[in-house]
Amino acid sequence: MNDIQDNLHPAKGMASALGQLRRLTAAMAPLRLLTVAVAVLTLMTVLNPGRFLTARNFASMCFQFPELGIFALAVALSLITGGIDLSVISVANLAGIVAASILTRAPADDTSVLVVAGCIALAITAALITSAVCGLTNGILISRFSIPPILATLGTMQLFLGVSLVITRGHAIAGYPGAVQMIGNGTLAGIPVPLLLFLVLACLVQMALSRTRFGVSLCLMGTNPTAARFSGLDVSGLSLRTYVITALLAGVAGLIIISRTNSAKADYGSSYLLQAVLVAILGGVNPRGGFGSAWGILLAVLSLQFLSSGLNMLQLNETVGPYINNFAKEFTWGALLLVVMTANCYSTRGQSTPR
Amino acid sequence: MERLWQIRYRHEFSLAAVLVLLAGTIAIVNPAFLSLSNLFDLCKSSTVLGIFALGVFIVLLSGGIDISFTAIAAFSMYVTSSMLPAGASDSAAAAFLCAGCIGLLLGLFNAFFISFYRLPTLIVTLGSASVFRGFLLGVVGTRIVTNLPRGMIEFSKRSLFETALPDGGRTGLSASFLLFVAAAAAAWVLLQYTTLGKGIRALGGNAEAARRVGFNLGRVQLFIYGLVGFLSGMAGLIHACTMRNANPFDLVGMELTVIAAVVLGGADITGGRGTVAGTLLGVALLVTINNSLILMNVPSYWQNVLVGMVIIVSTGLTARRNPRALRGVIVG
Repeated sequence: MNDIQDNLHPAKGMASALGQLRRLTAAMAPLRLLTVAVAVLTLMTVLNPGRFLTARNFASMCFQFPELGIFALAVALSLITGGIDLSVISVANLAGIVAASILTRAPADDTSVLVVAGCIALAITAALITSAVCGLTNGILISRFSIPPILATLGTMQLFLGVSLVITRGHAIAGYPGAVQMIGNGTLAGIPVPLLLFLVLACLVQMALSRTRFGVSLCLMGTNPTAARFSGLDVSGLSLRTYVITALLAGVAGLIIISRTNSAKADYGSSYLLQAVLVAILGGVNPRGGFGSAWGILLAVLSLQFLSSGLNMLQLNETVGPYINNFAKEFTWGALLLVVMTANCYSTRGQSTPR
Repeated sequence: MERLWQIRYRHEFSLAAVLVLLAGTIAIVNPAFLSLSNLFDLCKSSTVLGIFALGVFIVLLSGGIDISFTAIAAFSMYVTSSMLPAGASDSAAAAFLCAGCIGLLLGLFNAFFISFYRLPTLIVTLGSASVFRGFLLGVVGTRIVTNLPRGMIEFSKRSLFETALPDGGRTGLSASFLLFVAAAAAAWVLLQYTTLGKGIRALGGNAEAARRVGFNLGRVQLFIYGLVGFLSGMAGLIHACTMRNANPFDLVGMELTVIAAVVLGGADITGGRGTVAGTLLGVALLVTINNSLILMNVPSYWQNVLVGMVIIVSTGLTARRNPRALRGVIVG
């Protein structure tokens, strides 16, 4: 809005030049994020000599961040359409619980490999169908009943958590065939399977956003839903599909979780929700809708992982160790979010409205 | 008379009707619901939730959202309980003033980013919530404070309308409920009769229009987030008094429940619409649902399913009734 006023006002001829500068710096946002990631990496390497920059540490980090990364991808997609999906964690846990209840009924490992494999395939399919149904519920509430996304998914978050609790009565489901651990703890050609899954999903999301009609429509819809509707986009169909995809991503994360922790719980990972929003926004997704890329999310989740692993190691340090704990991590993440947003603000000033 | 009957079209009317219906059903299933001690308990358990809800309601009305208020509450509660100077520890008022002021400062921290840098409220409060909580647990401490300042303990023992129960015990309305009533009355006066209150509503309705009318939006936002911080600090301290200890891990995690109560009360998440009465009814309904599940012997694991359904159904009905909400897709 301010941009239009700037251009109309002759006394503000400088504004267009400034605007160009702003657009240039905005285009460099991924570069800035890369700088942040590299800076954190360097800082932690210097602070933890001989410990941080080791193959062992990187291998363990590669098993840790994919879950959060996939949640962030899911939340980012919903943010790009101008909505938000708060139910991702509940969907992941519900899908995990459905898979786990099938897996625990699988015959013991000594029966035929084929039976076990079939059972696992069935569990995976059931988990994905469950999450798709959850996503469909969200999508229908949002697109057909016109409930604002933040409220619809706030409600379904409780609802899906409730269903999980009713199924499990609050207990954890554990004890699967050993082969299931492959998804969360295994490696394929030396690459951890969760990392592989995350990278594949990130590539798919990135390709969908930048190369397909669907992705471009999503960004358009996020930028200006009214304009999108008037230019003939099927807005409600698009948002329905978005929430189904979001939930499917969450379902995959749920499978990784039950496999990595070897148990399924209704209330696992509730702190992931705000972290996922944080990663998505750090990764350059505009919370007002319209913009975002999977690469940004990859860089953001890496920065956070470097930070938290590095801070963990600093606890071994004699001088600063006593002052560092899990809560210092929480503090640093929040501060990082505020700093990055404030920095972004200087490059995109004038595009924001007070909200 | 005809005009008075128009009230049936209001959201508050349907809420009140649902509340009465629910209370009636519960009372028939379990008459203990209407006992004085249960009603006093309901009031007690709605105090903290209710004060939070008033703050969140004002933020939602202005078109923003705040999820850091529980972190602010925990921060103010813990710092006040553990660090109140010895000279002031006898006075409950000093404790409340201290907690309120800490809350106010933290709220102004939010307001700084929101009004000066114009960052989306969801992002700012998301970040500041982890900053506050991280600082509290990482630097201030994690140990539960059990020896609260004397003033707070005295306050927690105060109760009104004390009556003897048939079984020999005594029951009374907790004094903190008065603070809730006072906060609700103040919020109502603010929104109904002051220019500032009109500014808050106008900001949520149409920020650009409010600016052109002459409201200083930056200052209005400064007030809103400062006020939320202040209310949260008070609510945090009441929580500590009720619990008779200050646990820094408490309260955080409640934020979505509070937002649910406010939305249940008919506040439009895109701003500009909603009433204090609706918010109070939303809180009452949520507290009654939770209470009734126990009284009606519903297993506790059904609680989330029911709360989820209530949110979905009530927001669905609001969206149908209020076509403006059809375009309400924006967050933050």
